[in-house]
Amino acid sequence: MNNKITVENLTHSYGTRCALDDISFTVSRGEIFCLLGPNGSGKTTLFKILSTLMKPTYGSVDILGFDLNTKTKDIRKLLGVVFQHPGLDIKLTVTENLRHHGHLYGLKGKILKHRIFELLERFGISDRSQDIVEELSGGLRRRVEIAKAMLHSPSVLLLDEPSSGLDVGSRRQLSDQLNMLATTENILILLTTHHLDEADLSTRVGMLDSGRLVTIGTPDELKDTIAGDVVLIETTNGDTLSQAIAESFEVSQKITDNYIHIECQQGHEFVKEVVAAFPNEIQSVRVGKASLEDVFIKLTGNPFV
Amino acid sequence: MVNVLLPVTTIWCREIIRFYRQRSRLLSAIAQPLVFWILIGSGLSASFQPSGKSEETTYIEYFYPGIVVLVLLFTAVFATISVVNERREGFLQGVLIAPVARWKVVLGQALGGTTLALFQGVLLLFLAPLIGIRFGLTSLCLTLGVMVILAFGLTNLGLIIAWRMDSTQGFHAIMNLILIPIWLLSGAFFPSDGAPSWLAWVMKLNPLTYGVAAFRKSLYFDTATTNGYIPTWEFSILVISMFCILTYMGATFTASAKTV
Repeated sequence: MNNKITVENLTHSYGTRCALDDISFTVSRGEIFCLLGPNGSGKTTLFKILSTLMKPTYGSVDILGFDLNTKTKDIRKLLGVVFQHPGLDIKLTVTENLRHHGHLYGLKGKILKHRIFELLERFGISDRSQDIVEELSGGLRRRVEIAKAMLHSPSVLLLDEPSSGLDVGSRRQLSDQLNMLATTENILILLTTHHLDEADLSTRVGMLDSGRLVTIGTPDELKDTIAGDVVLIETTNGDTLSQAIAESFEVSQKITDNYIHIECQQGHEFVKEVVAAFPNEIQSVRVGKASLEDVFIKLTGNPFV
Repeated sequence: MVNVLLPVTTIWCREIIRFYRQRSRLLSAIAQPLVFWILIGSGLSASFQPSGKSEETTYIEYFYPGIVVLVLLFTAVFATISVVNERREGFLQGVLIAPVARWKVVLGQALGGTTLALFQGVLLLFLAPLIGIRFGLTSLCLTLGVMVILAFGLTNLGLIIAWRMDSTQGFHAIMNLILIPIWLLSGAFFPSDGAPSWLAWVMKLNPLTYGVAAFRKSLYFDTATTNGYIPTWEFSILVISMFCILTYMGATFTASAKTV
Protein backbone atom coordinates (compact mmCIF):
# COMPACT_ATOMS: atom_id res chain seq x y z
CA MET A 1 0.00 0.00 0.00
CA ASN A 2 1.34 3.43 -0.92
CA ASN A 3 -0.12 6.91 -0.81
CA LYS A 4 -0.76 7.64 -4.44
CA ILE A 5 -3.09 7.20 -7.34
CA THR A 6 -1.01 6.65 -10.45
CA VAL A 7 -2.66 6.75 -13.86
CA GLU A 8 -0.51 5.74 -16.82
CA ASN A 9 -1.33 6.01 -20.52
CA LEU A 10 -5.01 5.62 -19.80
CA THR A 11 -7.04 5.37 -22.99
CA HIS A 12 -10.69 4.61 -23.45
CA SER A 13 -12.87 4.38 -26.53
CA TYR A 14 -16.58 3.86 -26.96
CA GLY A 15 -16.53 2.00 -30.27
CA THR A 16 -14.59 4.31 -32.56
CA ARG A 17 -15.05 7.45 -30.47
CA CYS A 18 -12.03 8.08 -28.30
CA ALA A 19 -13.15 9.44 -24.92
CA LEU A 20 -9.79 9.39 -23.15
CA ASP A 21 -6.52 9.74 -25.00
CA ASP A 22 -3.31 8.62 -23.32
CA ILE A 23 -3.77 10.21 -19.92
CA SER A 24 -1.10 10.04 -17.20
CA PHE A 25 -0.98 11.74 -13.82
CA THR A 26 -0.25 11.12 -10.16
CA VAL A 27 -2.15 12.33 -7.09
CA SER A 28 -1.02 11.93 -3.48
CA ARG A 29 -2.93 11.66 -0.22
CA GLY A 30 -3.81 14.98 1.33
CA GLU A 31 -4.24 16.62 -2.05
CA ILE A 32 -7.46 17.89 -3.56
CA PHE A 33 -6.99 17.15 -7.21
CA CYS A 34 -9.45 18.67 -9.61
CA LEU A 35 -10.18 17.42 -13.11
CA LEU A 36 -11.42 20.51 -14.89
CA GLY A 37 -12.98 20.38 -18.29
CA PRO A 38 -16.03 21.39 -20.27
CA ASN A 39 -18.89 18.93 -20.81
CA GLY A 40 -17.84 16.04 -23.03
CA SER A 41 -14.15 16.38 -22.23
CA GLY A 42 -13.92 12.87 -20.78
CA LYS A 43 -14.24 13.69 -17.08
CA THR A 44 -17.10 11.32 -16.43
CA THR A 45 -15.44 8.48 -18.34
CA LEU A 46 -12.30 8.92 -16.26
CA PHE A 47 -14.45 9.05 -13.14
CA LYS A 48 -16.24 5.82 -14.01
CA ILE A 49 -12.93 4.06 -14.55
CA LEU A 50 -11.46 5.29 -11.27
CA SER A 51 -14.58 4.33 -9.34
CA THR A 52 -14.38 0.74 -10.73
CA LEU A 53 -17.57 1.03 -12.76
CA MET A 54 -15.80 0.53 -16.06
CA LYS A 55 -12.64 -1.13 -17.35
CA PRO A 56 -10.41 1.05 -19.53
CA THR A 57 -9.55 0.02 -23.09
CA TYR A 58 -5.85 0.53 -22.46
CA GLY A 59 -3.47 1.77 -19.79
CA SER A 60 -3.02 1.17 -16.10
CA VAL A 61 -4.41 2.66 -12.93
CA ASP A 62 -2.86 2.01 -9.55
CA ILE A 63 -4.79 3.12 -6.49
CA LEU A 64 -2.74 3.16 -3.27
CA GLY A 65 -0.71 0.21 -4.54
CA PHE A 66 -3.58 -1.88 -5.91
CA ASP A 67 -3.96 -2.47 -9.62
CA LEU A 68 -7.41 -1.46 -10.82
CA ASN A 69 -7.77 -4.38 -13.22
CA THR A 70 -6.89 -7.18 -10.86
CA LYS A 71 -7.52 -5.92 -7.31
CA THR A 72 -10.98 -4.42 -7.80
CA LYS A 73 -12.35 -5.70 -4.51
CA ASP A 74 -9.44 -4.31 -2.45
CA ILE A 75 -9.81 -0.97 -4.19
CA ARG A 76 -13.55 -0.82 -3.59
CA LYS A 77 -12.98 -0.98 0.16
CA LEU A 78 -10.67 2.03 -0.04
CA LEU A 79 -12.93 4.22 -2.15
CA GLY A 80 -15.64 6.60 -1.08
CA VAL A 81 -17.61 7.80 -4.08
CA VAL A 82 -20.05 10.65 -4.59
CA PHE A 83 -21.81 10.40 -7.91
CA GLN A 84 -23.06 13.24 -10.04
CA HIS A 85 -26.57 11.81 -9.98
CA PRO A 86 -27.90 11.48 -6.46
CA GLY A 87 -26.89 8.14 -4.96
CA LEU A 88 -29.36 8.15 -2.11
CA ASP A 89 -32.62 6.29 -1.82
CA ILE A 90 -35.05 9.20 -1.58
CA LYS A 91 -37.75 7.08 0.05
CA LEU A 92 -35.48 6.26 2.98
CA THR A 93 -34.49 8.44 5.91
CA VAL A 94 -30.98 9.85 6.21
CA THR A 95 -30.06 7.30 8.88
CA GLU A 96 -31.52 4.40 6.92
CA ASN A 97 -29.47 5.35 3.87
CA LEU A 98 -26.31 5.43 5.95
CA ARG A 99 -27.15 2.19 7.74
CA HIS A 100 -27.68 0.23 4.52
CA HIS A 101 -24.49 1.66 3.11
CA GLY A 102 -22.59 0.64 6.24
CA HIS A 103 -23.94 -2.91 6.00
CA LEU A 104 -22.65 -3.17 2.44
CA TYR A 105 -19.19 -2.40 3.76
CA GLY A 106 -19.45 -4.89 6.61
CA LEU A 107 -20.08 -2.34 9.35
CA LYS A 108 -22.80 -3.18 11.86
CA GLY A 109 -24.17 -2.86 15.35
CA LYS A 110 -22.73 -0.38 17.82
CA ILE A 111 -19.72 0.51 15.68
CA LEU A 112 -21.96 1.45 12.78
CA LYS A 113 -24.33 3.39 15.00
CA HIS A 114 -21.48 5.33 16.49
CA ARG A 115 -19.93 6.06 13.10
CA ILE A 116 -23.26 7.30 11.71
CA PHE A 117 -23.70 9.58 14.70
CA GLU A 118 -20.18 10.92 14.28
CA LEU A 119 -20.61 11.75 10.60
CA LEU A 120 -24.03 13.31 11.02
CA GLU A 121 -22.51 15.56 13.68
CA ARG A 122 -19.53 16.49 11.56
CA PHE A 123 -21.59 17.41 8.52
CA GLY A 124 -24.15 19.24 10.62
CA ILE A 125 -27.14 17.07 9.73
CA SER A 126 -27.87 15.39 13.08
CA ASP A 127 -31.18 17.20 13.40
CA ARG A 128 -32.30 15.83 10.02
CA SER A 129 -31.31 12.22 10.67
CA GLN A 130 -34.89 10.92 10.77
CA ASP A 131 -36.07 12.89 7.74
CA ILE A 132 -36.92 11.17 4.50
CA VAL A 133 -34.29 12.21 1.95
CA GLU A 134 -37.03 13.35 -0.45
CA GLU A 135 -37.78 16.24 1.92
CA LEU A 136 -34.21 17.58 2.03
CA SER A 137 -32.82 20.43 -0.05
CA GLY A 138 -30.13 19.86 -2.65
CA GLY A 139 -27.36 21.17 -0.43
CA LEU A 140 -28.37 18.96 2.47
CA ARG A 141 -28.64 15.91 0.24
CA ARG A 142 -25.12 16.49 -1.02
CA ARG A 143 -23.91 16.61 2.56
CA VAL A 144 -25.65 13.32 3.30
CA GLU A 145 -24.01 11.84 0.21
CA ILE A 146 -20.57 12.87 1.39
CA ALA A 147 -21.30 11.57 4.88
CA LYS A 148 -22.36 8.29 3.25
CA ALA A 149 -19.21 8.11 1.14
CA MET A 150 -17.08 8.74 4.23
CA LEU A 151 -18.92 6.22 6.42
CA HIS A 152 -16.53 3.31 5.91
CA SER A 153 -13.48 5.56 6.46
CA PRO A 154 -12.14 5.43 2.89
CA SER A 155 -8.62 6.64 2.05
CA VAL A 156 -9.71 8.02 -1.29
CA LEU A 157 -12.74 10.19 -1.95
CA LEU A 158 -13.94 10.54 -5.53
CA LEU A 159 -16.56 13.16 -6.38
CA ASP A 160 -18.18 13.66 -9.77
CA GLU A 161 -19.38 17.26 -10.25
CA PRO A 162 -20.08 17.63 -6.53
CA SER A 163 -21.11 21.26 -6.76
CA SER A 164 -23.60 20.95 -9.59
CA GLY A 165 -27.03 22.12 -8.52
CA LEU A 166 -25.74 23.81 -5.37
CA ASP A 167 -26.09 27.50 -4.54
CA VAL A 168 -23.05 29.63 -3.79
CA GLY A 169 -23.33 29.19 -0.02
CA SER A 170 -23.58 25.40 -0.16
CA ARG A 171 -20.73 25.33 -2.64
CA ARG A 172 -18.44 27.20 -0.26
CA GLN A 173 -19.47 24.92 2.59
CA LEU A 174 -18.70 21.89 0.45
CA SER A 175 -15.24 23.11 -0.37
CA ASP A 176 -14.56 23.86 3.31
CA GLN A 177 -15.58 20.33 4.20
CA LEU A 178 -13.37 18.83 1.51
CA ASN A 179 -10.46 20.92 2.71
CA MET A 180 -10.96 19.65 6.22
CA LEU A 181 -11.02 16.03 5.04
CA ALA A 182 -7.85 16.46 3.02
CA THR A 183 -5.86 18.26 5.69
CA THR A 184 -7.02 16.68 8.95
CA GLU A 185 -7.60 13.12 7.75
CA ASN A 186 -5.03 12.95 4.98
CA ILE A 187 -7.60 11.74 2.49
CA LEU A 188 -6.87 11.78 -1.21
CA ILE A 189 -9.63 13.78 -2.84
CA LEU A 190 -10.20 13.69 -6.57
CA LEU A 191 -13.09 15.60 -8.04
CA THR A 192 -14.34 16.57 -11.45
CA THR A 193 -15.90 19.91 -12.19
CA HIS A 194 -16.72 22.41 -14.86
CA HIS A 195 -16.87 25.25 -12.35
CA LEU A 196 -13.71 27.34 -12.57
CA ASP A 197 -14.08 28.74 -9.07
CA GLU A 198 -14.15 25.22 -7.65
CA ALA A 199 -10.93 24.36 -9.47
CA ASP A 200 -9.37 27.51 -8.02
CA LEU A 201 -9.87 26.11 -4.53
CA SER A 202 -8.13 22.78 -5.14
CA THR A 203 -4.47 22.03 -4.57
CA ARG A 204 -3.84 20.89 -8.13
CA VAL A 205 -5.76 21.03 -11.37
CA GLY A 206 -5.66 18.81 -14.43
CA MET A 207 -7.34 20.30 -17.48
CA LEU A 208 -9.15 17.97 -19.81
CA ASP A 209 -10.17 18.80 -23.35
CA SER A 210 -11.60 16.28 -25.82
CA GLY A 211 -10.16 13.36 -23.88
CA ARG A 212 -6.64 14.78 -23.57
CA LEU A 213 -4.99 16.03 -20.41
CA VAL A 214 -3.87 19.45 -21.62
CA THR A 215 -1.98 20.62 -18.57
CA ILE A 216 -1.53 19.93 -14.90
CA GLY A 217 -0.38 22.08 -11.98
CA THR A 218 -1.46 24.22 -9.03
CA PRO A 219 -3.97 26.95 -9.93
CA ASP A 220 -1.25 29.59 -9.46
CA GLU A 221 1.28 27.74 -11.59
CA LEU A 222 -1.26 27.48 -14.37
CA LYS A 223 -2.20 31.15 -14.20
CA ASP A 224 1.48 32.12 -14.22
CA THR A 225 1.79 30.65 -17.70
CA ILE A 226 0.00 33.80 -18.83
CA ALA A 227 2.26 36.78 -18.35
CA GLY A 228 0.49 40.01 -17.41
CA ASP A 229 -3.17 40.69 -18.03
CA VAL A 230 -5.90 39.27 -20.18
CA VAL A 231 -8.04 41.61 -22.26
CA LEU A 232 -11.32 40.33 -23.56
CA ILE A 233 -12.84 42.16 -26.50
CA GLU A 234 -16.37 41.56 -27.67
CA THR A 235 -16.93 42.20 -31.32
CA THR A 236 -19.18 41.15 -34.16
CA ASN A 237 -16.32 40.59 -36.55
CA GLY A 238 -13.64 38.66 -34.70
CA ASP A 239 -11.41 37.59 -37.58
CA THR A 240 -11.02 40.98 -39.24
CA LEU A 241 -10.51 42.84 -35.98
CA SER A 242 -8.02 40.28 -34.78
CA GLN A 243 -6.02 40.70 -37.97
CA ALA A 244 -6.07 44.46 -37.64
CA ILE A 245 -4.92 44.22 -34.02
CA ALA A 246 -2.12 41.87 -35.01
CA GLU A 247 -0.89 44.48 -37.52
CA SER A 248 -0.74 47.30 -34.97
CA PHE A 249 0.16 45.53 -31.70
CA GLU A 250 2.47 42.73 -30.68
CA VAL A 251 0.20 40.55 -28.58
CA SER A 252 -0.92 36.92 -28.64
CA GLN A 253 -4.58 36.35 -29.42
CA LYS A 254 -7.19 33.61 -29.42
CA ILE A 255 -10.65 33.90 -30.90
CA THR A 256 -13.72 32.16 -29.47
CA ASP A 257 -17.09 32.95 -31.03
CA ASN A 258 -17.55 36.74 -30.69
CA TYR A 259 -14.65 37.27 -28.33
CA ILE A 260 -10.97 37.97 -28.82
CA HIS A 261 -8.76 36.99 -25.89
CA ILE A 262 -5.55 38.98 -25.72
CA GLU A 263 -2.56 38.47 -23.47
CA CYS A 264 -0.51 41.58 -22.74
CA GLN A 265 1.79 43.07 -20.09
CA GLN A 266 0.02 46.35 -19.38
CA GLY A 267 -3.67 45.64 -19.78
CA HIS A 268 -5.04 49.10 -19.04
CA GLU A 269 -2.58 50.82 -21.40
CA PHE A 270 -3.40 48.41 -24.17
CA VAL A 271 -7.14 48.91 -23.70
CA LYS A 272 -6.82 52.67 -24.16
CA GLU A 273 -4.88 52.27 -27.37
CA VAL A 274 -6.97 49.51 -28.85
CA VAL A 275 -10.28 51.30 -28.18
CA ALA A 276 -8.89 54.48 -29.73
CA ALA A 277 -7.67 52.55 -32.76
CA PHE A 278 -10.88 50.57 -33.42
CA PRO A 279 -13.73 52.58 -31.88
CA ASN A 280 -16.45 51.13 -34.11
CA GLU A 281 -15.56 47.47 -34.14
CA ILE A 282 -15.44 46.95 -30.37
CA GLN A 283 -18.66 46.29 -28.48
CA SER A 284 -17.24 45.75 -25.02
CA VAL A 285 -13.89 45.33 -23.29
CA ARG A 286 -12.91 43.56 -20.10
CA VAL A 287 -9.49 43.57 -18.57
CA GLY A 288 -8.24 41.44 -15.69
CA LYS A 289 -5.72 39.03 -14.25
CA ALA A 290 -5.48 35.66 -15.93
CA SER A 291 -8.09 33.11 -14.83
CA LEU A 292 -8.08 29.35 -15.28
CA GLU A 293 -10.50 29.90 -18.13
CA ASP A 294 -7.93 32.06 -19.89
CA VAL A 295 -5.36 29.32 -19.42
CA PHE A 296 -7.74 26.77 -20.90
CA ILE A 297 -8.48 28.96 -23.90
CA LYS A 298 -4.82 29.70 -24.43
CA LEU A 299 -3.89 26.01 -24.37
CA THR A 300 -6.77 24.59 -26.38
CA GLY A 301 -8.03 27.47 -28.49
CA ASN A 302 -11.52 26.33 -27.53
CA PRO A 303 -14.04 28.24 -25.46
CA PHE A 304 -14.69 26.74 -22.02
CA VAL A 305 -18.31 25.67 -22.25
CA MET B 1 -21.74 -16.29 8.11
CA VAL B 2 -23.39 -13.18 9.50
CA ASN B 3 -21.01 -11.03 7.54
CA VAL B 4 -21.62 -12.95 4.34
CA LEU B 5 -25.35 -12.42 4.60
CA LEU B 6 -25.30 -8.86 5.90
CA PRO B 7 -25.36 -7.29 2.41
CA VAL B 8 -28.12 -9.69 1.37
CA THR B 9 -30.35 -8.88 4.32
CA THR B 10 -29.74 -5.16 4.08
CA ILE B 11 -30.79 -5.09 0.42
CA TRP B 12 -33.75 -7.30 1.26
CA CYS B 13 -34.86 -4.97 4.07
CA ARG B 14 -34.51 -1.92 1.88
CA GLU B 15 -37.01 -3.37 -0.60
CA ILE B 16 -39.51 -3.92 2.20
CA ILE B 17 -39.08 -0.40 3.60
CA ARG B 18 -39.49 1.09 0.14
CA PHE B 19 -42.68 -0.89 -0.32
CA TYR B 20 -43.98 0.28 3.03
CA ARG B 21 -43.33 3.91 2.07
CA GLN B 22 -45.12 3.63 -1.27
CA ARG B 23 -47.86 1.15 -0.47
CA SER B 24 -50.42 2.64 -2.82
CA ARG B 25 -48.20 2.17 -5.85
CA LEU B 26 -47.59 -1.48 -5.19
CA LEU B 27 -51.09 -2.26 -4.07
CA SER B 28 -52.23 -1.22 -7.51
CA ALA B 29 -50.50 -4.41 -8.66
CA ILE B 30 -53.29 -6.24 -6.90
CA ALA B 31 -56.15 -4.05 -8.12
CA GLN B 32 -55.86 -4.74 -11.84
CA PRO B 33 -55.86 -8.55 -11.52
CA LEU B 34 -58.83 -8.29 -9.15
CA VAL B 35 -60.82 -6.29 -11.67
CA PHE B 36 -59.88 -8.82 -14.39
CA TRP B 37 -60.97 -11.62 -12.16
CA ILE B 38 -64.35 -10.18 -11.31
CA LEU B 39 -65.20 -8.91 -14.80
CA ILE B 40 -63.81 -11.71 -16.94
CA GLY B 41 -64.66 -14.34 -14.36
CA SER B 42 -68.30 -13.29 -14.18
CA GLY B 43 -68.57 -12.62 -17.90
CA LEU B 44 -67.26 -16.00 -18.99
CA SER B 45 -68.88 -18.07 -16.28
CA ALA B 46 -71.96 -18.93 -18.34
CA SER B 47 -70.08 -19.99 -21.47
CA PHE B 48 -67.24 -21.86 -19.73
CA GLN B 49 -67.62 -25.64 -19.99
CA PRO B 50 -64.36 -27.41 -19.32
CA SER B 51 -64.27 -30.81 -20.95
CA GLY B 52 -64.62 -33.68 -18.51
CA LYS B 53 -64.59 -31.62 -15.35
CA SER B 54 -66.94 -31.61 -12.47
CA GLU B 55 -69.73 -29.27 -13.37
CA GLU B 56 -69.54 -27.36 -10.14
CA THR B 57 -66.31 -25.62 -11.17
CA THR B 58 -67.41 -22.19 -12.24
CA TYR B 59 -65.14 -20.05 -14.37
CA ILE B 60 -64.62 -17.59 -11.56
CA GLU B 61 -63.23 -20.47 -9.52
CA TYR B 62 -61.17 -21.84 -12.39
CA PHE B 63 -59.71 -18.39 -12.99
CA TYR B 64 -58.75 -17.83 -9.33
CA PRO B 65 -55.33 -19.55 -9.25
CA GLY B 66 -54.39 -17.75 -12.46
CA ILE B 67 -55.26 -14.42 -10.88
CA VAL B 68 -53.08 -15.16 -7.84
CA VAL B 69 -50.20 -16.00 -10.19
CA LEU B 70 -50.85 -12.75 -12.10
CA VAL B 71 -50.61 -10.80 -8.84
CA LEU B 72 -47.28 -12.52 -8.14
CA LEU B 73 -46.10 -11.65 -11.63
CA PHE B 74 -47.20 -8.00 -11.42
CA THR B 75 -45.65 -7.54 -8.00
CA ALA B 76 -42.39 -9.09 -9.18
CA VAL B 77 -42.35 -6.68 -12.09
CA PHE B 78 -43.18 -3.67 -9.93
CA ALA B 79 -40.51 -4.65 -7.44
CA THR B 80 -37.78 -5.06 -10.05
CA ILE B 81 -38.51 -2.25 -12.49
CA SER B 82 -36.85 0.27 -10.16
CA VAL B 83 -33.52 -1.45 -10.86
CA VAL B 84 -33.49 0.21 -14.28
CA ASN B 85 -33.40 3.77 -12.92
CA GLU B 86 -31.68 3.18 -9.62
CA ARG B 87 -28.66 1.83 -11.40
CA ARG B 88 -27.96 5.23 -12.91
CA GLU B 89 -29.56 7.46 -10.34
CA GLY B 90 -30.10 6.24 -6.82
CA PHE B 91 -29.12 3.71 -4.25
CA LEU B 92 -27.92 0.98 -6.63
CA GLN B 93 -25.08 3.16 -7.93
CA GLY B 94 -23.46 2.77 -4.55
CA VAL B 95 -24.18 -0.96 -4.45
CA LEU B 96 -22.43 -1.41 -7.81
CA ILE B 97 -19.12 -0.09 -6.47
CA ALA B 98 -19.39 -1.59 -3.00
CA PRO B 99 -17.17 -4.59 -2.22
CA VAL B 100 -20.15 -6.95 -2.48
CA ALA B 101 -20.41 -9.87 -4.91
CA ARG B 102 -23.25 -9.57 -7.39
CA TRP B 103 -24.83 -12.87 -6.39
CA LYS B 104 -25.49 -11.37 -2.98
CA VAL B 105 -26.98 -8.22 -4.47
CA VAL B 106 -29.30 -10.26 -6.68
CA LEU B 107 -30.23 -12.59 -3.83
CA GLY B 108 -31.19 -9.62 -1.65
CA GLN B 109 -33.27 -8.08 -4.42
CA ALA B 110 -34.94 -11.39 -5.26
CA LEU B 111 -35.81 -12.10 -1.63
CA GLY B 112 -37.22 -8.58 -1.32
CA GLY B 113 -39.44 -9.03 -4.38
CA THR B 114 -40.46 -12.48 -3.19
CA THR B 115 -41.54 -11.15 0.19
CA LEU B 116 -43.67 -8.43 -1.38
CA ALA B 117 -45.25 -10.81 -3.90
CA LEU B 118 -45.99 -13.29 -1.16
CA PHE B 119 -47.60 -10.58 0.95
CA GLN B 120 -49.92 -9.59 -1.88
CA GLY B 121 -50.62 -13.20 -2.79
CA VAL B 122 -51.65 -13.94 0.79
CA LEU B 123 -54.06 -11.00 0.70
CA LEU B 124 -55.74 -12.73 -2.22
CA LEU B 125 -55.85 -16.06 -0.42
CA PHE B 126 -58.34 -14.55 1.98
CA LEU B 127 -60.77 -14.31 -0.93
CA ALA B 128 -60.64 -18.04 -1.67
CA PRO B 129 -63.38 -19.02 0.80
CA LEU B 130 -65.72 -16.51 -0.86
CA ILE B 131 -65.82 -18.60 -4.01
CA GLY B 132 -66.16 -21.86 -2.14
CA ILE B 133 -62.56 -23.01 -2.00
CA ARG B 134 -61.94 -24.57 1.41
CA PHE B 135 -58.48 -25.64 2.38
CA GLY B 136 -56.95 -27.31 5.40
CA LEU B 137 -53.53 -26.82 6.94
CA THR B 138 -51.64 -29.09 4.52
CA SER B 139 -53.19 -27.34 1.62
CA LEU B 140 -52.37 -23.92 3.02
CA CYS B 141 -48.73 -24.81 3.68
CA LEU B 142 -48.29 -26.32 0.23
CA THR B 143 -49.94 -23.33 -1.39
CA LEU B 144 -47.69 -20.91 0.46
CA GLY B 145 -44.65 -23.02 -0.48
CA VAL B 146 -45.55 -22.96 -4.14
CA MET B 147 -46.14 -19.21 -3.95
CA VAL B 148 -42.68 -18.68 -2.50
CA ILE B 149 -41.02 -20.70 -5.26
CA LEU B 150 -43.06 -18.99 -7.96
CA ALA B 151 -42.54 -15.49 -6.57
CA PHE B 152 -38.78 -16.05 -6.30
CA GLY B 153 -38.60 -17.32 -9.88
CA LEU B 154 -40.74 -14.50 -11.28
CA THR B 155 -38.79 -11.82 -9.39
CA ASN B 156 -35.57 -13.22 -10.79
CA LEU B 157 -37.12 -13.20 -14.26
CA GLY B 158 -37.96 -9.53 -13.65
CA LEU B 159 -34.39 -8.90 -12.51
CA ILE B 160 -32.93 -10.48 -15.64
CA ILE B 161 -34.96 -8.04 -17.72
CA ALA B 162 -34.41 -5.02 -15.45
CA TRP B 163 -30.61 -5.42 -15.26
CA ARG B 164 -30.47 -5.62 -19.02
CA MET B 165 -32.74 -2.67 -19.83
CA ASP B 166 -31.68 0.95 -20.07
CA SER B 167 -35.17 2.39 -19.91
CA THR B 168 -38.39 1.57 -18.09
CA GLN B 169 -40.23 1.86 -21.42
CA GLY B 170 -38.21 -1.10 -22.64
CA PHE B 171 -39.27 -3.01 -19.55
CA HIS B 172 -42.94 -2.26 -20.22
CA ALA B 173 -42.57 -3.44 -23.81
CA ILE B 174 -41.09 -6.75 -22.64
CA MET B 175 -43.86 -7.02 -20.08
CA ASN B 176 -46.58 -6.65 -22.71
CA LEU B 177 -44.91 -8.72 -25.40
CA ILE B 178 -43.48 -11.56 -23.34
CA LEU B 179 -44.62 -11.70 -19.74
CA ILE B 180 -48.36 -11.26 -20.31
CA PRO B 181 -48.49 -13.90 -23.11
CA ILE B 182 -46.54 -16.28 -20.89
CA TRP B 183 -49.21 -15.81 -18.28
CA LEU B 184 -52.08 -16.09 -20.79
CA LEU B 185 -50.70 -19.40 -22.03
CA SER B 186 -50.09 -20.94 -18.63
CA GLY B 187 -53.48 -22.50 -18.13
CA ALA B 188 -54.34 -19.53 -15.94
CA PHE B 189 -56.85 -18.18 -18.43
CA PHE B 190 -58.07 -21.32 -20.19
CA PRO B 191 -57.20 -25.01 -19.93
CA SER B 192 -54.97 -26.53 -22.57
CA ASP B 193 -57.19 -29.53 -23.38
CA GLY B 194 -59.68 -27.46 -25.38
CA ALA B 195 -56.95 -25.57 -27.24
CA PRO B 196 -55.69 -26.44 -30.76
CA SER B 197 -52.74 -28.79 -30.61
CA TRP B 198 -50.07 -26.21 -31.54
CA LEU B 199 -51.27 -24.00 -28.72
CA ALA B 200 -51.45 -26.93 -26.34
CA TRP B 201 -47.80 -27.61 -27.14
CA VAL B 202 -46.79 -24.04 -26.50
CA MET B 203 -48.56 -24.30 -23.16
CA LYS B 204 -46.81 -27.55 -22.38
CA LEU B 205 -43.41 -25.89 -22.94
CA ASN B 206 -44.28 -22.84 -20.88
CA PRO B 207 -42.70 -23.11 -17.41
CA LEU B 208 -45.44 -20.99 -15.89
CA THR B 209 -47.98 -23.70 -16.86
CA TYR B 210 -46.37 -25.83 -14.19
CA GLY B 211 -46.47 -22.98 -11.74
CA VAL B 212 -50.20 -22.52 -12.21
CA ALA B 213 -50.73 -26.30 -12.11
CA ALA B 214 -48.72 -26.69 -8.89
CA PHE B 215 -50.64 -23.85 -7.32
CA ARG B 216 -54.02 -25.25 -8.39
CA LYS B 217 -53.17 -28.70 -7.16
CA SER B 218 -51.93 -27.42 -3.79
CA LEU B 219 -55.07 -25.38 -3.33
CA TYR B 220 -57.25 -28.50 -3.70
CA PHE B 221 -54.84 -30.82 -1.91
CA ASP B 222 -57.18 -31.61 0.99
CA THR B 223 -60.38 -31.84 -0.97
CA ALA B 224 -60.04 -34.55 -3.53
CA THR B 225 -61.47 -32.46 -6.35
CA THR B 226 -59.38 -33.14 -9.40
CA ASN B 227 -59.67 -30.74 -12.19
CA GLY B 228 -57.82 -32.98 -14.62
CA TYR B 229 -54.55 -31.17 -15.30
CA ILE B 230 -51.91 -32.72 -17.42
CA PRO B 231 -48.79 -32.23 -15.29
CA THR B 232 -48.62 -34.05 -11.96
CA TRP B 233 -47.97 -32.11 -8.77
CA GLU B 234 -44.48 -33.57 -8.27
CA PHE B 235 -43.41 -32.85 -11.82
CA SER B 236 -44.78 -29.31 -11.61
CA ILE B 237 -42.82 -28.63 -8.44
CA LEU B 238 -39.70 -29.98 -10.11
CA VAL B 239 -40.16 -27.72 -13.14
CA ILE B 240 -40.77 -24.53 -11.15
CA SER B 241 -37.86 -25.30 -8.83
CA MET B 242 -35.62 -25.62 -11.87
CA PHE B 243 -37.12 -22.41 -13.21
CA CYS B 244 -36.23 -20.71 -9.91
CA ILE B 245 -32.62 -21.85 -9.97
CA LEU B 246 -32.11 -21.00 -13.63
CA THR B 247 -33.62 -17.53 -13.38
CA TYR B 248 -31.56 -16.79 -10.27
CA MET B 249 -28.40 -17.86 -12.06
CA GLY B 250 -29.46 -15.84 -15.08
CA ALA B 251 -30.09 -12.74 -12.98
CA THR B 252 -26.72 -13.07 -11.25
CA PHE B 253 -25.01 -13.50 -14.59
CA THR B 254 -26.78 -10.48 -16.08
CA ALA B 255 -26.01 -8.31 -13.06
CA SER B 256 -22.35 -9.34 -13.10
CA ALA B 257 -21.94 -8.56 -16.77
CA LYS B 258 -23.51 -5.14 -16.34
CA THR B 259 -21.28 -2.43 -14.95
CA VAL B 260 -23.45 0.65 -15.18
